[in-house]
Amino acid sequence: MIELMDVRKAFNQGRHNELWAVRGVSLQVPAQQVTVLRGPSGSGKTTLLTLVGCLARPTSGRVRLHGRDVSGMTERFLTGLRRQTFGFVFQQFNLVRGLTVEQNVMLPAYPLGLTRRDLRRRAHGLLESLDLAEHAQARVEWLSGGQAQRAAIARALVNDPDVILADEPTANLDTELSRRFLDIVRDLKAQGKTLLMTSHDPLICQAPEVDLVVGLRDGQLD
Amino acid sequence: MTPWLQRQRHLIDFTVEALARRKGRNLALLVVYALMVFVLASVLLFSQALRREAALLLAQAPEITVQRLVAGRMDLVPAAHLERLAGLRGVASAQGRLWGYYYDPATQANYTLMVPLTDPPPPGTMQVGPTLARFWRLGVGDVLSLRTHDGRAFPLSVQGILPTDSALVAADLVLIAEADFRAFFGIPAGLYTDLVLKVRNPREVAKVAQKVQRDLPDTRPIIREEILRTYAALFDWREGMVMVLLSGAVLAFMILAWDKASGLSAEERREIGVLKAIGWETSDILAMKLWEGLLVSVFAFLLGYLAAYVHVAAFSASLFVPVLKGWSVLYPDFALTPQVDPFQVFTLFFLTVFPYALATLVPVWRSAVADPDAVMRQ
Amino acid sequence: MVLNPAMVALVIASLVGSLMLAYSAAFGWHLIRHWDLASGSELQLGLERHTYLISTLVAFVLASEALGLLLFVYNADRLAPLFVGAMCAVGTLNTSAFGFPALMLKILVFFAASTWLILHRLDTRGWDYPLTRVKYGLLFLIAPLILAETWFQARFFLAMDTDVITSCCGSLFGSNRKALGSELAGLPAGPAMALFFGTLGLTLGLGLGSLRRPLLGYGYALASALAFVVTLVAIVSFVSLYVYEHPHHHCPFCLLKAEYGYQGYLLYVPLFLATALGIGSGVVRPFAGVQSLSGLVEPMARHLTLASLWLFGFLTLWTALIVARSGLVLIGGAG
Repeated sequence: MIELMDVRKAFNQGRHNELWAVRGVSLQVPAQQVTVLRGPSGSGKTTLLTLVGCLARPTSGRVRLHGRDVSGMTERFLTGLRRQTFGFVFQQFNLVRGLTVEQNVMLPAYPLGLTRRDLRRRAHGLLESLDLAEHAQARVEWLSGGQAQRAAIARALVNDPDVILADEPTANLDTELSRRFLDIVRDLKAQGKTLLMTSHDPLICQAPEVDLVVGLRDGQLD
Repeated sequence: MTPWLQRQRHLIDFTVEALARRKGRNLALLVVYALMVFVLASVLLFSQALRREAALLLAQAPEITVQRLVAGRMDLVPAAHLERLAGLRGVASAQGRLWGYYYDPATQANYTLMVPLTDPPPPGTMQVGPTLARFWRLGVGDVLSLRTHDGRAFPLSVQGILPTDSALVAADLVLIAEADFRAFFGIPAGLYTDLVLKVRNPREVAKVAQKVQRDLPDTRPIIREEILRTYAALFDWREGMVMVLLSGAVLAFMILAWDKASGLSAEERREIGVLKAIGWETSDILAMKLWEGLLVSVFAFLLGYLAAYVHVAAFSASLFVPVLKGWSVLYPDFALTPQVDPFQVFTLFFLTVFPYALATLVPVWRSAVADPDAVMRQ
Repeated sequence: MVLNPAMVALVIASLVGSLMLAYSAAFGWHLIRHWDLASGSELQLGLERHTYLISTLVAFVLASEALGLLLFVYNADRLAPLFVGAMCAVGTLNTSAFGFPALMLKILVFFAASTWLILHRLDTRGWDYPLTRVKYGLLFLIAPLILAETWFQARFFLAMDTDVITSCCGSLFGSNRKALGSELAGLPAGPAMALFFGTLGLTLGLGLGSLRRPLLGYGYALASALAFVVTLVAIVSFVSLYVYEHPHHHCPFCLLKAEYGYQGYLLYVPLFLATALGIGSGVVRPFAGVQSLSGLVEPMARHLTLASLWLFGFLTLWTALIVARSGLVLIGGAG
């Protein structure tokens, strides 16, 4: 469903610190499966994840989503697509401090203009399924690492996306919590979601839930 | 509600929460903002109140003032002129006025010496304005000596002190008897500073003035409406000048607003980054930030305007009196009643909210176009 | 020379608006030369991000122009006592040849900005911003307008010569100076009324028709512009008379004052909005054929037409109500 064709991405183009983070990657991410991008830090796997997830546009090359070329789309439209199609779980979770868990979960849906009642119903359904219902009104800075990750997952799911992207999901978790995360991955896969993660954690790369592992080094596929 | 409205509601909710989370930071800006509105609104409300007072006051003034010009300069008017004018058709009454300025080296100030048309104090006594009385610590019965035109000392005892609140220019006013005035300035009997005419029919004012100039070509009749016009221009001018002077303050405020808007804390920057990463579009962030600016503006505007109203109404704009009041512009009796009208509100809006919006526009845009993938690159 | 805070504010606002649009036009030139949506280069990304700034600037100009119009008129009214023979804003605007042109340019800039923003709204619905070049080309037309407005306004303010006693040797300005034209005359009430209700009827008819036949939409846009002019004529010719209940008071601005209960706002606000939306509904139509906008233009034009129809309808009813309620009888004598 997601197809990359000879995709390149440069930062600080034309300046002395120009950096090509991704140099010509072609890749197909299969639908309703779990794919892992594996590579050392600085290998460009996070940048590749942002290109897949329409967070950034490739400097050159094409990205196709459901067969449609999205690499020439304006940011405004990419954002719209991204909102419908992708849910992100960040390495640092990136919850907004000062807000409650519930508010954080509802945030990605604000621009859609749903009624508050609908928003809350969605958020509660998700928090329920992730065992966070009793923390709905707690501020996010009070959560433990595992709870914060589950809040971040709930947030990623609030717009009911087809694809979940996760950047180093287990980097801040112990083994026990990492296994717990894999349980959630299995549930999501069972619901028909496509998952794409970056990781160099062997626990993830060798997990039975993972269908495909793609190696990456210096911005190119291994 | 339409999705558009719902979206705005969510954005406002979020903004209010965000403002509350950064209370200290926003409070500082709010205080400065409100202060600026307060200063500008005070000036506007104050001069508006003065303008209104002037109009009310002059409504009772004589319709025509007649001055005599000799070689293009104002000169004393002979009593013969007075008799001539009193006989003009349409003139209800004609009176000669005596007034002038006295420079007092001790206070380095000009006093206005004047013979009131009704109830003049008895010879040898005077009524003084409150500022003067305070300066010389004068009470009723005290004696103050002024120097006459030929250098003699001229003692006058205080018969009364003009009431404090009747004091736009009464502050430096000295009322004395006619005989004293003539002796003091050396003006012989039969000469006046100027003449005032009352006209029976207001429609005939222009006609009477025309007759005055025809019969007495060396005079200059001044119609009350023209005085009003002059005052209006004078107040507008002063107000305008004060605004120009205050533009420095507005500029400083703009720099502060710019700085506050562009110097986002790391926390705020991260927040915007997160919002963009989870699917907020640039225009969502822009809208959110504009709501924030609007809320802050409305709040500061109301706060500042209200304070200015109280300042002018209850305290007669005591902070700005020295700037806006002038010598002998108007007298007496000032209980200021500020008026709110759309013209003034729009003006004020342009002078405060407009600069704020202007100053924050580019910084807000800059923060809104942050890379959506920035949070993942840390 | 006359100086007051409102004038300071107006001059600053116009200067700022001019700077903004001049910058936008200059940026537009840069953008037109380098725009390449297929590229993901940082130059292209930067250009795209600047379009947010430009649209915000134009919106800012629109808002400041709308408020500026009100302030300009109020200010002229406030200054009227300074000029012999000037009874209200009309007299002040007539003190020099620059007053009315400045006002008209302000109105033009307002509609230019509103039209641009409507085009922008349509453009941002297409995934490839298909109207980018059209839009930025338009800025080259709008920028000179606001520059002219700024210049005319400054000339208008500078040319003000007040008849105050300090400025010259004597009184009686009224007798030896020609009084300013302090009133607009307009058409006789009867024909003006026929013209107004006729034009508004035609406009409403075309608008309703365009909901079924899109081609009539162009007619509706033209009719909206026409209705704007005709309504102004109507306000001068008869609406003002009915509001003031005075057979010779034609001022179109006194309607905005407290003495008349701010009734003018209920005329002018719907009029300006309806015209802006009406013109906008026609301006978007030529782009129905653009591929990335297919299926978007018609609903948007419909939306704009409907909103503007409601406002024109309200305007018509409100005017009829003013005429009916007034104690003044201009036509039909004893009726």
